[in-house]
Parts: sequence; C-alpha cells; structure tokens
Amino acid sequence: MATSVTGTKPVPQRVGGGGPGFPGPNGKGPRGNGWKGRKGPRRLSPAAYRITMWVVLAAIVMMFAALSSAYIILSSGEQWQPVRMPRMFILSTGIILGSSFVLEFAKRSLKQGRSSHSLRLLSVTLLLGLSFIACQLMGWRELASQGVYFASHPHSSFFYFFTGVHGVHLLGGIAGLGYLLLRMRLRLQLNPERTEITAQLVSLYWHTMDALWIWLFLLLLIWK
Amino acid sequence: MGRALAVIIWIITIASVVLFLSKKWWFPPAISDHAPALDRQFMITIIIVGITFTAAQIGLGWMVWKYRDTVSGRATYSHGSNRLEVIWTIVTAVVFVTLAVMGQSVWASLRLNEAPAGAYQVGVLAQQFQWNFHYPGQDNVFGRTDPTLIDDSALNFIGLDETDPNSRDDAVTAALAIPVNRPVELRLRAKDVIHSFWVPPLRFKQDLVPGMEIKVHFTANQVGKYELACAELCGQLHFKMKSYMLVLPTEEHQALTALPQEQFLTRMQELLAKYQLPQY
Amino acid sequence: MSGEIHEGVHRHPAPTSFIRKYIFSLDHKVIGIQYILLALAAVLVGMIMSLLMRMNLSWPGTNWPILGTLFPGGAPNGVMNPEFYLSLVTMHGTIMVFFVLTTAPQGGFGNYFLPIQIGAEDMAFPVLNMLSFWVTFVGFIVILAAIFFSGAESTVGPIGGWTGYAPLSALGAIAGPGQGMGMNLWIISIAIFCVGSLLGALNFITTLLNMRTRGMSLMRMPLTCWAWFTTAVLALLSFPVLLGGGILLLLDRLAGTSFFIPSGLYVSGVLTGTNPNFPLHTGGSPILWQHLFWFFGHPEVYIAILPGMGATSHVLATFARKPVFGYRAMVFAIFAIGLLGFFVWGHHMFISGMSPYSAVAFSILTLAIGVPSAVKTFNWIGTLWGGRIRFTSAMLFAIGFVSLFVAGGISGLILGQSSLDLPVHDTYIVTGHFHLVMGVASIFGMFAATYFWFPKMFGRMLDERMGQIHFWITFIGVYAIFIPFHVMGLVGMPRRFSSFDEYEFLNSLDPLVLLASVAAIVTIAVQFLFYFNLVWSIFKGKRASDNPWEATTLEWTTATPPPHDNFAGILPTVYRGPYEFAVPGAPNDFVMQTEAEAEVASGNGHERHRH
Repeated sequence: MATSVTGTKPVPQRVGGGGPGFPGPNGKGPRGNGWKGRKGPRRLSPAAYRITMWVVLAAIVMMFAALSSAYIILSSGEQWQPVRMPRMFILSTGIILGSSFVLEFAKRSLKQGRSSHSLRLLSVTLLLGLSFIACQLMGWRELASQGVYFASHPHSSFFYFFTGVHGVHLLGGIAGLGYLLLRMRLRLQLNPERTEITAQLVSLYWHTMDALWIWLFLLLLIWK
Repeated sequence: MGRALAVIIWIITIASVVLFLSKKWWFPPAISDHAPALDRQFMITIIIVGITFTAAQIGLGWMVWKYRDTVSGRATYSHGSNRLEVIWTIVTAVVFVTLAVMGQSVWASLRLNEAPAGAYQVGVLAQQFQWNFHYPGQDNVFGRTDPTLIDDSALNFIGLDETDPNSRDDAVTAALAIPVNRPVELRLRAKDVIHSFWVPPLRFKQDLVPGMEIKVHFTANQVGKYELACAELCGQLHFKMKSYMLVLPTEEHQALTALPQEQFLTRMQELLAKYQLPQY
Repeated sequence: MSGEIHEGVHRHPAPTSFIRKYIFSLDHKVIGIQYILLALAAVLVGMIMSLLMRMNLSWPGTNWPILGTLFPGGAPNGVMNPEFYLSLVTMHGTIMVFFVLTTAPQGGFGNYFLPIQIGAEDMAFPVLNMLSFWVTFVGFIVILAAIFFSGAESTVGPIGGWTGYAPLSALGAIAGPGQGMGMNLWIISIAIFCVGSLLGALNFITTLLNMRTRGMSLMRMPLTCWAWFTTAVLALLSFPVLLGGGILLLLDRLAGTSFFIPSGLYVSGVLTGTNPNFPLHTGGSPILWQHLFWFFGHPEVYIAILPGMGATSHVLATFARKPVFGYRAMVFAIFAIGLLGFFVWGHHMFISGMSPYSAVAFSILTLAIGVPSAVKTFNWIGTLWGGRIRFTSAMLFAIGFVSLFVAGGISGLILGQSSLDLPVHDTYIVTGHFHLVMGVASIFGMFAATYFWFPKMFGRMLDERMGQIHFWITFIGVYAIFIPFHVMGLVGMPRRFSSFDEYEFLNSLDPLVLLASVAAIVTIAVQFLFYFNLVWSIFKGKRASDNPWEATTLEWTTATPPPHDNFAGILPTVYRGPYEFAVPGAPNDFVMQTEAEAEVASGNGHERHRH
C-alpha cells in the first residue's frame, strides 16, 4: 500500500528561502516584506532585454524563412509566371537602407549625450520608415496597373504577401520608434540608461526588418 | 505495491507479445514481388521492437520489484556512469541506424527506380468518392485527357478527348484489372483532393495528389480479386471510396484489353463476379 | 558555471481585488493554474468526443436521443452521420494536441514552477504572461465556436483531421460538408493559438536565461527546467511556420490565392474558374501545406512530451530517493531530441509524393532520434536501480510514463522506415503509436506532475487512495485500448473511417474494436474520479506541510502555497544540484539545494559516491 512519506526524520521547515540568501531590497532579514521602502523598481538587466529581442526576432525570421521556402518550392511549378519588379520597390529598398544608417547615427548621438541631435535623426528615421510604407503601397499600385493582382497566380500573390507581412512588422518598428521619440520628447523620468536600452532594442528590430526586406527584395528579384 | 506494479507490467508485456507472436491478426498474405523483402525487413524490425519492448518493461518491473523502500538504509548514491552512457548510446545508435539503412534497399527498389520496360500502364484518376482507371487499349497509347472536358454528369469522369484517335480503344472503369507476374505502372492523378491508393495484400500505398502525376510500379504475383481502399481523408465518404483490384492470368487480361470500349465494362463486371475475395 | 547575480523584476505589489487576483492576474502561479483549468476543460471536451467516436465505431446506427437533440444536423434521428464522425475526429485531435498537450505541460506547470524552481519571483514579463493565457483562451473559444458555426450543411464542425491537408481544407465549401465557416474558424483558432504560444515561449526563455538565483547554474537546474526551456525554444521556432502556413491557407480559402491549390481541378461537378463558388486556381502545391504543417508538427509532438519527461525524471528521483542517473546525459538527450526534431518532419510524408530521395534521409534521421529517447529510458531505469522506492500516486504515474513511453515509442522503429511505412501509413498503427506517446505517456507525465505538485499549489494533499485507483484503471485501460490499435493497423484498418463495414478484410477485427471501445469507456469513466479528487481535495484534503515529499528543489523551500513573490522577499541561494538524495553522511536522505556545504558533510565525505 501507499508508503507514508511525511515524517521520517524531522526536517526543519523553512519558509522564505533557506540558508543565507541575500537580503531583500529593503535590507531587512528573512521574512522581510519585499515591497515597502525599496529604493526603486527592480528590473531586468539590459542583457536580458536584448536577449528577449533576439528571441522575438528569431520567431519572426522563422516565419519569413517558412514563407521563403514556400516561394522557392512553388517557383518550380509549371504555372509560375514572371512578374516585373515594380520600380517603387527599388526606391523603397534604398529608403530603408538609408533609414538604417540614419538610425545608427541617431544611436551614436544618443550615446554621446547629444540628445536633441539624436532626436532629430530619430524623427528622420521615422519619416523614412513611413515613406517606405508609402512606397510599398505605390508598388502595389504599379503591379495592379500591369494587371498583376493578389490572386492572379502564386508569384504575384507572394509579391503582395511578402510586402504586406513585412510592412505590418515594420509598422511595429515604427511604433517602437514613435514610443522612443515620445518618451525622449516628453522627458518622462527616463534615465539615460533606459533610453539607451530602448534605442538599442528599437534599432536591433529595425535593422533586422531592413535586412529582412533586402532578403525578400533579392528573392523576388533574382529567384524567378 | 511495487510487486503488484511489476507483475501488472509483466502481464501486460507478455499479453502484448503473445498477441503479436500468435499472428492471429497480421498482415494479409502478400501478393507482390517486393513483399518478401519488405516482410523480411518487417520481421527483423518487429523482432528488435519486441526484444527492446520486453527488455525495457522487464527491466522496469525488476527495478520496481527489487528496490522498494521496504529495505532499510539509504538508496545508492550514484549520479550515473559515463561509461554506461557511452556504451548504450553507441549500441542503440548502431542498431537503429543499421536498421534504417537496411530498410532503404526495399524503398530504393520500389521508388528510386523507374518501372521496368514493358510494364503494363494504367492511368488512375481519383475523385470524391470513386476511382477511375484509364486503360490505354491495344495501341498502348493513352487518349488525350483535359480537365476542361470533364463532365461527371455525362460520365466523362477523366475528361477523355473523344476526338483524339488514340481514345477510341481506351476504356475507363471503376475497378483495376492488371496482369499477373508482369510489372504494372500506375500513373496516379487526383481530380479534386488528395486520395491514396491502398491494397493491403500488395504491401503498397501511394497518395494521389492534385496537380501531380505520380508514377509508381509493382508486380502482382497472385491471381485474384482484392479490395482497394482510399487511405487519405478526402471527405465525408472517404470510408466508402472502395473498389477492387483484379489480378488476372495473362491470357484473360490480354483478352480483356483487346475488347472494344462497350464490351470492356461488361467483361469487367463478369470478372468481378467470377473471382472471390481471399478468405482470411 | 557559477550563478549569475540577478535582479528581480517584481515591480508590482500583491493584488487585492478579485479580478486582479484571479482573473487578470500577473502572477505566474495564477496564470499557471488558469492554463491547467483550461486544459482540464479541453480534455473533458476531447474525451467526450473520443467516447462518441468509439460509440459510433462499435455500435453504429444506434439512436442516441441526446445527440439528436443537440446536433440535429450531425445526428439526424440520433444516429451519427459520417460528417459528424469526421468532425469529431478533427476536433478531438485539434483540441487535445493544442489545448491540452501544449497548454498544461508548458503553460500550466511550467508557468507555475519554472520561476520558483530557479529561484525567481515571477516570470520576466508578467504582462506578456497574462496575455499569453488570455490569447490562448480566446483561441479555445474560437475552436469551440467552430463546432457550432459550420453553416447550414449537415455537419458539425470542420472536417480535415487535425492536420487539415490541402486542397481539401483550402477549397472551401465546394469540397463538401465541413469545409465551410467551421474550417475558417479552425484556422483562425490555430493562428490565435500560435500567437499565445509564442508569447509564452518568449517569457520562458528570457526568464530561464536571466533570472536564476545566486548559485543556480544551468547544470544545477532541475530537469523540469531543462525540459521547459527546450520546449520553449521548439515552440519559438516551429509555431511561426504554422502561423505562416495557416495564413496562406486562409488566403487560399478567402482571397482566391493558389498557394496550395493546383490548376485544373474539378470539384463536386464544377471545374475551377467556371463558377463563383470555385474561382480559378493555378500553380499551387498541396504538398507544400504538408511540408509547412509537419515542419511545425514534428517539433510540436516533442513540445507535447518533453515537459512530461522532465516531470518524470523529477518525480522518479524524488521517490526513489536517489539522484537522477546520468543528469548530464539527460540534458544532452533533451537537446538532441529538440534539435533532431527539426530534421525529421518528412517521415509523415513518405508516400505524399515528395522526392523519394529525401525519404531516405528523413528515414535515417528519424531512427536516429530514437537514440536519445532510448538513452533517457535507460537513465530512468537507472534512476530506479538501487533506490528505495516510495509508491505514491505521483510515482506510480511516473513509472507508468516510462512503461508507456517505451510501448508507444518503440513502434517508431517501424513507422520511421520508409519501406515499412508503405503498408502501415494512415492505418491504426499510426494512431496507436501517437496515442500511446502523446495521448497517454504525455498525460501520465501531467498526472505525475499533478499529484506531485498539488500539495504545494493548494496546501492540501490529493487523496492517495483515489489516486491509486485512478492509476491502476487508467494504466491497464490505456494498454487495453491502444495495443489493439497496433494490431488493427497490421491488418490494415485505415484511419479516419467512420465505418468499417464496407470492407471484408476488416471483419476479423470486430472483437478488438469492441475491446478498445469498452476499455475506452472504463478509462474515461475513471478520469471523473480524478476530477472529483481534485475538487474534493482542495476543500477537504489533508493539509500539506511545506515539503511533504521530502524533496530537494527550490519550490519545497518556500511556504505552501507560495506567497505572491514566491520567496517572501528573500531569494534563495543555491549550493548544490537538484537531486541530492541519499548523500552519504548527510543527516537526512535528502539535501535541499539551499543547504550550504557545512550543514551536510561529516567525516566520510563521498566515499560511496559513484560516478
């Protein structure tokens, strides 16, 4: 039958951590209430946030990898038809490349403490991002004017789909940029370390979106 | 408790092994040329499966029986043995990978090689919920088919182009008739969704995929009538998508394929009535 | 590797209102329980569906008045029609795989115990954590809606199996009943589920990498933590693929694209492009769907089982009163399973029409993945060897896990070989295989986890006697159901058939079919005893001390149930590994992870220490 498992040798029942744990933030000993009187909110280290962003990007890249594989597989089909690369997409590629450079300069300015300069450059990045989206939409119009629509055939579907999904993700980056700008503008009790972390995360995301677009553009351009 | 658990585990193990060893329910007797090699590979595999299954369950039961806490004192303080880890990893890897590699020769003979020259060809077009077999007739040339010509209500299930001279001796039926002891090549296509060609005694199965023509080959070596089932969910009547495969003596098959279209169907019905399903 | 200095993230005080405490809680413990409750509800729905399936197979044509009332479309005059059966198959699979096996093990127990076992106050992102649960919950509502919003046709729910192969799933209502709105909802539910899972995976990875307490190096983590971490990585990399594929499928259905639909189709009397119900499609590949689905689908099954493996290792060591045999090897095996799991998806597609050359590669890799699983089995048996086994309910289920995992996994040697797959693909051998590993072994891991951790979560012990009855009947019952399935598959019984009466070659199987159905009824019935035990024990169970099992890991160092911030403000410091049982010279037969060196050794040191 069932063996009794409680009560062999008496074991000191410890609550609130055993042994010499390091003290709670208010410096009190064991069983201290962790909430009152602490110096400031405890937070994750910058490294932790960066790792999280890499993890998010890994998931996003996996999805685009799957979609790219789908593209490559379908391209070997008999009904695969060529699609001419809209010129707008060439323009948008240039824009997003440029935006990454501007963002890097903005980050550098921030690190040097030139926050108003950085603010200006970040705004330019944001505008470039919005221009990118506008160019993508105009690229769609270019396709439609050639009679190439979303459901025309798989190749055309991918033109619209890749740009659409990428654009949606870029909007996320634009939102992040906007958030960063807003906080810097409003100077909301942001310590410089926080701002820098946020800038790092946003730029990591942005550069990845940039690289992702380059990949998609080249795939659409070269892999017929 | 431990002893009871060990005993139950062992009883279950023995019952399972007996169930399989008795072969009361097993593969049907095979009727294809590649089956002996496949069945041999299967036997080797299932013996290894049986040994591994039995050994693990006996070992588990043994530990559970022997190491109950009725014995006084503490357990053995061991974090493991690197040597054992290496040994059993290597042994398992060798056994498993060898098994996998061995199994590839049967696969290769069936799938990596083209059908032998002179194979008898039949076109297969599967649809919800029937099979359509397209026989090329005496000229051994398939008449042209075109999806735009398909008209189920007019019974042109495969879209046969009647204006093509090659179609004149073609026949389309719902059952498959092939010659015995001669390689058969099936050209598998699907009209709407994925289906799958499955005749259990043939030890053979292949999906039919819309948009693809998949060529497979086998050689049946037993005359008779065998049930044909669909083995990929294709809709609500998937369970009823039934037909028959007739393996005919050479002369009988030749006589059948020499018949003109109108008599082909009638003869098929006669043959389907003539041959019986195997009694298992 | 020494532990990292870490900072806590607990910036919110303990909540007070009912809504913040129990509904929209940020506390990983509450969220864990919410996931478990969701799984308990989902598994009830799934079990009822499987019961209905067995009833249809063993007693076809019977009039079940209650069905006739609830589902007049699917069971006119109380008799189930084939569409109803097939939608049961679809929903049973989908609900069980996603809303039971991908919630309770990871989102449920993982959420509750990962932070505590690594000495953290909460997950890294409590708000994301809460979101991940509620998104999953919405997904569950949508999948339930799929049952009732299939449209006017006679079916109940979508038809496609949980695998939803195209073009059947892509063509829309023209392909038959069960292909209408219900299928759209099915896809949407799964897409929502993908998002919820990804949010969860994020949290697990960051928390484990960054929030371990002082002294908690990676190689001192309990194996449960390794399992949850690897599972999270698998989810992170596989769910996006399903999400991508699902969106493509939805576009084929709703936007007229042709990702999975080739040209020249003629469906239900209609040629593509000749009818508004069936627009012109061209250039798609049905096999592409299978690639996308199974690239996700195979890691998914390891997502379903890895946490159970972790729990089994944990429970076996605790109740054998011994360290885990080969901790390092177990960690490597978990990695190997996770990594190899990404390279074997093609074994679901041997006869799909994909290149036969790739089948060779997939076949060999698939049998290779059996190696780390075998290694884990040897190590579990090794953990029991030399032990002093205490047969609690948790331990019974953990031992049962090992037995069932072997039984279920071993048929992989057959299924993984491409040539042997020819006769057995899409037969009940496949169904028997995955039910034993996923549907049973995985669930046994969850049972073991439940009986083990219930005292810590609720401050009360589950009733042992009910637990034993639950174990014995379930253990014998599942074998009685699923071993016959393998035999049925040998004879050639195909999957997803609503009736076997059409084929002579299946007639000999009637006694086995009956056996499986009767065993299923009994096994399902005893699960209600488990439900009762859960509810009853919360109110009337024997009160639990902080460490009723005399276990060693961090969750047993804190109060029962743990306070809001897990450790009442003092984060523990870890000095040793997680399974220090039977340490020579120690006063008790277990040494907790938080015990510093000086309190343990006296004189002999490690003379009986074997490596």
